[in-house]
Amino acid sequence: MIRFVAQRLVQTIPVVWVIITATFFMIRFVPGGPFTAERAVTPEIMRNLEAHYGLNKPLYAQYLDYCGKVLRGDLGPSFKYPTRTVNEIIAEKLPVSIELGLISLAVALGLGLPLGVLAAIKRNTWIDYVCSSFAMVGICIPTFVMGPVLILVFAIHFGWFNASGWYGPIDRVLPSLTLGLVYAAYVARLTRGGMLEVLSQDYIRTARAKGASETRVIMRHALRGGLTPVVSFLGPAIAGIVTGSFVIETIFQIPGIGREFVNSAFNRDYTLVLGTVVLYAGFIIGMNLAVDVVQVWLNPKLKFE
Amino acid sequence: MSTEETERGRSLWSDAWHRLKSNRLATAGAVVLVVLALACAAGPFFSQSYEDQNLDLGAVPPSAQHWLGTDTLGRDLLARILYGGRISITVGLVATFVALAIGVTYGAVAGFVGGKVDAVMMRLVDILYALPFAIFVILLMVFFGRNIFLLFFAIGAVEWLTMARIVRGQVMSIKKMEFIEAARALGLGRRRIIFKHLIPNVLGPVIVYTTLTIPSVMLLEAFLSFLGLGVQAPMSSWGVLIKDGSEKMEEYWWLLVFPGALFSLTLFSLNFLGDGLRDALDVRSSKD
Repeated sequence: MIRFVAQRLVQTIPVVWVIITATFFMIRFVPGGPFTAERAVTPEIMRNLEAHYGLNKPLYAQYLDYCGKVLRGDLGPSFKYPTRTVNEIIAEKLPVSIELGLISLAVALGLGLPLGVLAAIKRNTWIDYVCSSFAMVGICIPTFVMGPVLILVFAIHFGWFNASGWYGPIDRVLPSLTLGLVYAAYVARLTRGGMLEVLSQDYIRTARAKGASETRVIMRHALRGGLTPVVSFLGPAIAGIVTGSFVIETIFQIPGIGREFVNSAFNRDYTLVLGTVVLYAGFIIGMNLAVDVVQVWLNPKLKFE
Repeated sequence: MSTEETERGRSLWSDAWHRLKSNRLATAGAVVLVVLALACAAGPFFSQSYEDQNLDLGAVPPSAQHWLGTDTLGRDLLARILYGGRISITVGLVATFVALAIGVTYGAVAGFVGGKVDAVMMRLVDILYALPFAIFVILLMVFFGRNIFLLFFAIGAVEWLTMARIVRGQVMSIKKMEFIEAARALGLGRRRIIFKHLIPNVLGPVIVYTTLTIPSVMLLEAFLSFLGLGVQAPMSSWGVLIKDGSEKMEEYWWLLVFPGALFSLTLFSLNFLGDGLRDALDVRSSKD
């Protein structure tokens, strides 16, 4: 297993390098720089600014500089917040997004798994239909519709929550619900499918024949196999929660890294864009690796190749 | 080609057609989609203008004159939704077509050639799968301007991966069958075998996943529009309308509720139709 993880880690190095390179040059080849939006500055000031950030060097030198810095874990200074580095901005905003993501994931699993298992056990009864319709609704109502509607109903109409902001624990409810519901729906669907497949297999019949109680059959025997599709979905789900956070953080005005990324792209804050892209790429690739490991652990038929 | 073969071909499709018709949810979805598409295509010719402003009127709730109300600039919401639907549906269809073209070709080549080429090609797909693609689409749209053709291309370039995997799996299993052997024995070229013999036989799964790709494409377009990266004013898509509506919902709920409901209804219908087609054509959800 250690060999498997090491192998995969080695494989990710060129991927991350390609991402950095592609993003670096894509940003540089487009019109408009980080300082064009501001008031017209005199040519001398412009020269000084460019010299300060190393923008006057040839492109390849800037690129090599940047790669060297990334290797040392330094993502450079931000262009738009002159006194701050990208590392500082990420350190400040990332915890907020991680918290939002984790709560949303908890919502997705906490709601999706029981509903899916329930629908599978009570197949073709009204319970199944209710659970399945819930899943369909969750999948078909996009977050950017769900979020504003939840605000409209629960924040503005009933006044139970704040419409935006990220202060007390109560401010976590609506955003993580909005983000988590979609994935809860997918998880419920996949759990139902996975459980149905497993429940018809021989080893379940064996377990029943040996007199195991229904609860024990479900919890100890069926769940482990039935969860395989859910685990493989977790990779895309985590990526989706990351990108979903762009929208959620915009709707609820949460000071997280997702909103910062979208703003930095609009502001052409080169280093901040690059820094966040590197961060996201590394994070998502790492998560996919973790998912692969868990998958093999759950299903002994698969092996670490 | 013998007549027997065409006979059998037709009965397969008519079988599927009967199964689809007996699926009430899928039929309802199809009807809703046809009605929506017709309304969006023809509606703007009959309804009020989507861009004429009436600042004296401002935002009014639904009334006999403006069925779904007007926005803050006094523009008729129904007309804007119909017009926006044209853009959303067009993006959905064209970008799906781009994804389809890339995915089917890529998957068919990988599956057909096999061996090392296949291993390399599918490894590439695996790697691409792991990438945060929405981030790249956002960067593309920010840096290269909100160009609708770029939008088609960018979305299509993201959505082809699953299609490639499915087609590859199908091709792998079909290419071992005898009629392909026969075609090869007749001395047909690779390209001809791929396009004339393989692709027609993987049509079923392709149709199903195309139907399921359209909603995810429309979702991505609306997502971009919501972030302010979609089509530009005075053009509008459903995503743009939802964004505008969510900004003004405190005073003018109808600006959010109607576009949001219609968009969700469309996604519902497409998903139901896709699921129905999958059952009708008996496509296993082949993931590997």
